[in-house]
Amino acid sequence: MSLEQFKQTYITECYELLADMEQRLMTLDCDKADMDQLNAIFRCAHSIKGGSGAFGLSYITDFTHVLEALLDAMREGKLQASRAAVDTLLTSVDVVTRMVDAAKANTTPPADLGAEVLESLKSFCSGPQTSTAPEPKAIAAASGERTYDITFAPHADLFMTGNEPLLLLREVARLGKADITACTSAVPELKDLDPSQCHLSWTIMLQTTRSESDIREVFEFVEDNCKLIIKEISELPPAAPVDVPPTSKQAAAAGDQTERAPVQATSIRVDLDKVDRLVNMVGELVITEAMLRAQARDLPAEKHLGLMRGIDELSQHTRELQEAVMAVRMQPVKSIFSRMPRIVRDLSSQLGKDIRLETSGENTEVDKTVIEQLGDPLTHMIRNSVDHGIETPEVRVAAGKPAQGTVHLSADHRGGRIVIEIRDDGLGINRTKVLTKAREKGLISADAVLSDSECDNLIFLPGFSTADKVSNVSGRGVGMDVVKRNIESLEGTVKVTTQPGKGSLFTISLPLTLAILDGMIVRVGAEHYIIPITSIIETLRPKSGEVRHVEGHNDVLNVRGEFISIIYLQRVFSIPQAESDPSKALVVLVESAGKKMGLVVDELIGQQQVVIKSLEANADPVKGISGATILGDGRVSLILDINGLHQLHQEKPRLGMVA
Amino acid sequence: MTDNFDKSREDGTAAAQDDTARQFLTFTIGTEEFGVDIMIVREIKGWAEITRLPNTPDFMRGVMNLRGLIIPIFDLRMRFHLGATEATSKHVIIILAVGDRNIGLLVDAVSDILDASNNDIKPAPSQEDNTDMQCVSGLISHQDRMVVLLDALKLFNSKHIESATAAA
Repeated sequence: MSLEQFKQTYITECYELLADMEQRLMTLDCDKADMDQLNAIFRCAHSIKGGSGAFGLSYITDFTHVLEALLDAMREGKLQASRAAVDTLLTSVDVVTRMVDAAKANTTPPADLGAEVLESLKSFCSGPQTSTAPEPKAIAAASGERTYDITFAPHADLFMTGNEPLLLLREVARLGKADITACTSAVPELKDLDPSQCHLSWTIMLQTTRSESDIREVFEFVEDNCKLIIKEISELPPAAPVDVPPTSKQAAAAGDQTERAPVQATSIRVDLDKVDRLVNMVGELVITEAMLRAQARDLPAEKHLGLMRGIDELSQHTRELQEAVMAVRMQPVKSIFSRMPRIVRDLSSQLGKDIRLETSGENTEVDKTVIEQLGDPLTHMIRNSVDHGIETPEVRVAAGKPAQGTVHLSADHRGGRIVIEIRDDGLGINRTKVLTKAREKGLISADAVLSDSECDNLIFLPGFSTADKVSNVSGRGVGMDVVKRNIESLEGTVKVTTQPGKGSLFTISLPLTLAILDGMIVRVGAEHYIIPITSIIETLRPKSGEVRHVEGHNDVLNVRGEFISIIYLQRVFSIPQAESDPSKALVVLVESAGKKMGLVVDELIGQQQVVIKSLEANADPVKGISGATILGDGRVSLILDINGLHQLHQEKPRLGMVA
Repeated sequence: MTDNFDKSREDGTAAAQDDTARQFLTFTIGTEEFGVDIMIVREIKGWAEITRLPNTPDFMRGVMNLRGLIIPIFDLRMRFHLGATEATSKHVIIILAVGDRNIGLLVDAVSDILDASNNDIKPAPSQEDNTDMQCVSGLISHQDRMVVLLDALKLFNSKHIESATAAA
């Protein structure tokens, strides 16, 4: 592994640590100064600082050093974790994130990056108590001299991690007056002695003015490789008020040690490419299994009992293997959900609203690709709820509601899909206003009568915005239609139900994975195509004469009063020997991006889950085709892209007729 | 076929160390003989039914499944405007690694592996405006035959294809 690779690992870790810090800071705000949380936040900052030094990223080191000092003052109880302080800490998380961004791009951030935040961090450090300078050591200097009984018993494999106890002991001795005794009882006979192992332990009586955390800091890097007990002997009253008694703090620290070790052991970091390769190979296995099964079906069963049993077992194992591999790619939605509290917090203070975000089902798992593409639409919807949904405290109180509004974000597995709900207890959708706006913009005809639910779902139409004034937050008309399109591109659906005055409920339903698609296999001439099940509304066979040709336009079919344009797959794809009379063939009604159309096909073959393969990996993209899959007989079958078909149909309607 | 190929590939690697000696896989379309650098040949397969891709140039026969990869298959005869190949099980698909893509060439038959040094390769007659000629990287006369060496990258580079179809 080269230094550059180490740096990449460090940067990835930084992002994780920063996200963790941010999340913990958010909860810190609610329940004042939880010592465990403060310790955890401190550790994050410390780890970032530690690594930055190793890679010579001095700008990160300098900044995190001050950050760390402030956090240290907080966990020592010298500084209240006030809202203002937490706010500053949050902004400093942003600053460090930008610094890490710069490090990732191998550039140096502007010299004044975070200078302002740095100043306010420093002012917090030196704020209320004049004696508390940014240096943690200086903070401790205010307290009197204490005596500690330290037991340091390194694990036998300490040397393997490149640590030298002598240096640590020398460092401890520098903290004050130290009386160090080595315990040699564990040293074996010379013949049994393994010189690569550490057999010694030490007890240290240390008289010092420094705090316990200073001593712990010396052992910071061997923490996981040793038994470390620090006891304070002389009970001098602490100079500053501490929230928690030192004993429980010690217990917390000790608890952390035991807690952290197993966590490191139970998860490994794996390159996503490797996982993808695994997923691909298992996909192949599933196809091969289907092929074997199809071949074996023709054999006389009584003669090949063993083979049949073998194939049955193979299919079972393959299915289990497929599920297990898919599970590797699954991640809890927590990674997106955890970004939301910050957004709600920033936005509500910007808008002068008091809003609480509740989340549930954060551990619901979904494929990584879905997670990656869900972030933006979800952020947008949350912003929408905060901006349009929840009213200002005054309005709420006047309406007899609690001043604090609530947005509830939840995730849940339902029938092989993940359902995400965003519920707010705000205004609800103002249907009169929505209708007026929609008529004004000509999105619906003036005399159209809409049901409540149809009316609510108008907000997903392109160019729709009811906000009277365009705010920084929303109302620029790039809105819910983009959300809807994003969700639909993930083969998902989104809908809204509202109770005027009581609030709205947005429901997003998504497939658990994008690697597998529920498809309907259809035949057109000699070709087989796959239509995504999610886009199919219904299938029907029109009576002869029901399909009308509109001069200058296309063929249309009247389905219960709605005129739907007909797309002949055989024409757009130039397929020979396919049925051209819809009354003898079938019409599959499909919907995409709000447009309905009817596809003429010869026959429905059946429904099947298919593994999606990219066509573009080796061939140029083909309009109207979103991808391909391999069916049980080993043949390639193409997956239709309904939206692309519609465009194709509009481009060459007449060309198609001629063919 | 595969065994044969694997062996030849080893030879190819060895030969490649001497930068003047090269090896070419030669194949026929009708009476014409063509060759491609053996280093880009991945494998050789018999013809099997493939899936047609709609609205693609007519020399694009469709796509096939190669152990889970979707590979486009090009009809080389059609590419040179010699009409479509009536493919039978005796016809051969040569899978090539071109750039970061894998493509298949439908040809009549694979004939030989040709050892040649760079000195044996004669430049193709230059015809700037003929896009088909730009796909030819050189000529080798071997015994009494003439082998046309193809530059696969240019052969199915979509820009070249567009102009080729436009010309056709």
